[in-house]
Amino acid sequence: MLGEAWQAMGINRLRSALTMLGMVIGVGSVVLMMAIGQGAQYAVAQTISTMGSNLYILISGSTSAGGLRSGGGGGPTLTIADAAAIAELDGVVNVAPVQQGTQQLVAGASNWSSTVVGTTPPYLDARAWTIVSGYPFGDSDVRAATRVALIGQTAADNLFPNDDPLGKTMRIGQSPFMIIGVLGKKGQNLDGRDQDDTVIIPLTTAQRKVFGNPFPGSVRLILVQANSAEAMPAVEKSMVALLRQRHRLREGQDNDFYLRNLAAAADSAAETTRVMSVLLGAIASVSLLVGGIGIMNIMLVSVTERTREIGIRMAIGARQRDVLAQFLLEALMISIAGCLIGLLLGIGGALLTNALTDMVIVISGASILVAFTVAAGVGIFFGYYPALRAAALDPIEALRHQ
Amino acid sequence: MADPVIRVCGLGKSYRTAAGLFPALREVDLEIQAGEFVAIMGPSGSGKSTFMNLLGCLDTPSCGEYFLTGQRVAQLSRDQLAELRNRSIGFVFQGFNLLPRMTLADNVALPLVYAGVERDQRQRRALDELARVGLGEYGNALPSRISGGQQQRVAIARALVNSPQLILADEPTGNLDSHTSEEIMMLFAALNREGITIVLVTHEPDIAAHAGRQVRFRDGRVVSDAPTPARVPTAC
Repeated sequence: MLGEAWQAMGINRLRSALTMLGMVIGVGSVVLMMAIGQGAQYAVAQTISTMGSNLYILISGSTSAGGLRSGGGGGPTLTIADAAAIAELDGVVNVAPVQQGTQQLVAGASNWSSTVVGTTPPYLDARAWTIVSGYPFGDSDVRAATRVALIGQTAADNLFPNDDPLGKTMRIGQSPFMIIGVLGKKGQNLDGRDQDDTVIIPLTTAQRKVFGNPFPGSVRLILVQANSAEAMPAVEKSMVALLRQRHRLREGQDNDFYLRNLAAAADSAAETTRVMSVLLGAIASVSLLVGGIGIMNIMLVSVTERTREIGIRMAIGARQRDVLAQFLLEALMISIAGCLIGLLLGIGGALLTNALTDMVIVISGASILVAFTVAAGVGIFFGYYPALRAAALDPIEALRHQ
Repeated sequence: MADPVIRVCGLGKSYRTAAGLFPALREVDLEIQAGEFVAIMGPSGSGKSTFMNLLGCLDTPSCGEYFLTGQRVAQLSRDQLAELRNRSIGFVFQGFNLLPRMTLADNVALPLVYAGVERDQRQRRALDELARVGLGEYGNALPSRISGGQQQRVAIARALVNSPQLILADEPTGNLDSHTSEEIMMLFAALNREGITIVLVTHEPDIAAHAGRQVRFRDGRVVSDAPTPARVPTAC
């Protein structure tokens, strides 16, 4: 049966090749477009993952003095004790109170202004930040307010252009700090801010030695990481309830803190690229559809041309399902052969795009499988009607056909 | 006694035309026993083609009954008819009707494909049948490479390959010259002597003379049914 279908394809090579071309272009463009779309999704996902996943940021409420309201984080409403209480909630994995600001860094003859983050050890995990050399500070450093610092790549490059910063001393503001670790590179975040232009020090040290704090025990920011995206709504609810209770807020009173969901921003970026890749795929599928119609067209011509052959086959005992299977198999063979060539061209085109531009290309097994399944489906769908026409022919009429 | 190969009673077929219902075949009763060689004769429009289509299970009758080797045919479905054609009937057409892209062996083996026979066995049986009609060495040739007479021999081999009870030949010599026709008829006669039942449609008395029995149709009815008279040598 398979051999016969192959033979039938060989009878009119040019026609089979042109019919196949429709499928080749269809499948090729679907594969290429999906590779580009998934590449874009991958690039966004990479950026998002450097920010840390499933994060909330709690910001202390604003203050109002003489009719002048500060922005969020102005008031001393969040405390380190709040952070400790939140850490006990179900679904919360990392909690890090944060006090940060911009400070001048000085080392030898170099100086550089950078973001200084005062926090606790869970911060690194929450932000998925690695240490490439040295080691992180621990809880004891936070308790003792030691003057140790972790330095980001950009700050390190500017302060110690030709030197390993590890073990060196630098000043943050007026205080000397020992650099005990160098942070891994993260690149820019979704706003384009360089995440590596950072120095991380113990929270207590930051509050006492660097920024100063008029309200002991309070912080402006608390970073909270949930253990999964699914857990986030529950964590959000229990966190708000806990803080309202701890801050003794009555029913109807506004929260004295702000809650930001970083996942929401990440999701919207991911959603945008996802929509884009679906759109690309949809446009490419149109050509697949056109290819399928081409197959149907040629199969109808073929059935008409071979009416007499169908009559002969029926006379010598072909059942309707035999004739149906024969023509369906031919359509399927054209579409699958076209699909294989299209896959090769699509993958080749994707690799070429990758080589010639700086676009990220992701060729996934799933997209290949989808293209293949759809092509087979198109072959069956568009081959079915012509095959049905062939099978429904009256043997006497078909035999008489010239 | 065994069932006759063909038994039809009151067999009729009408076609719907613009002028109303046209009876192509009216109330035909006929029996053909195993081993007979019957020529069906008649002018065009006499209903003999319709009759052959019914005998060949290519069409279903409007009325009456048809028993092929005792099996009732009239109520069978399309696919059941196809299986019956495959197993019990071998067709030989006027236009040979070989598939042009297939080798002669593949052409002959085609009925066995639909009978579900294994490939090796198909090939072997096809070559056997080709040898039987005198074309044993042509298995790999294409139909276009051989003469009309040879093509008709291949068609006969194809009709024989699934060992049917009945060979139906529709004007098998219509496209052949008289010499080749004679050869083909000799082949039919030889097969008949081996016990194969043959029903042959022709309008040429010379061809019909090879059969043992002649049935004449006119206006959808059988008008005569008699053994072929002993051949009188004719002076040229």
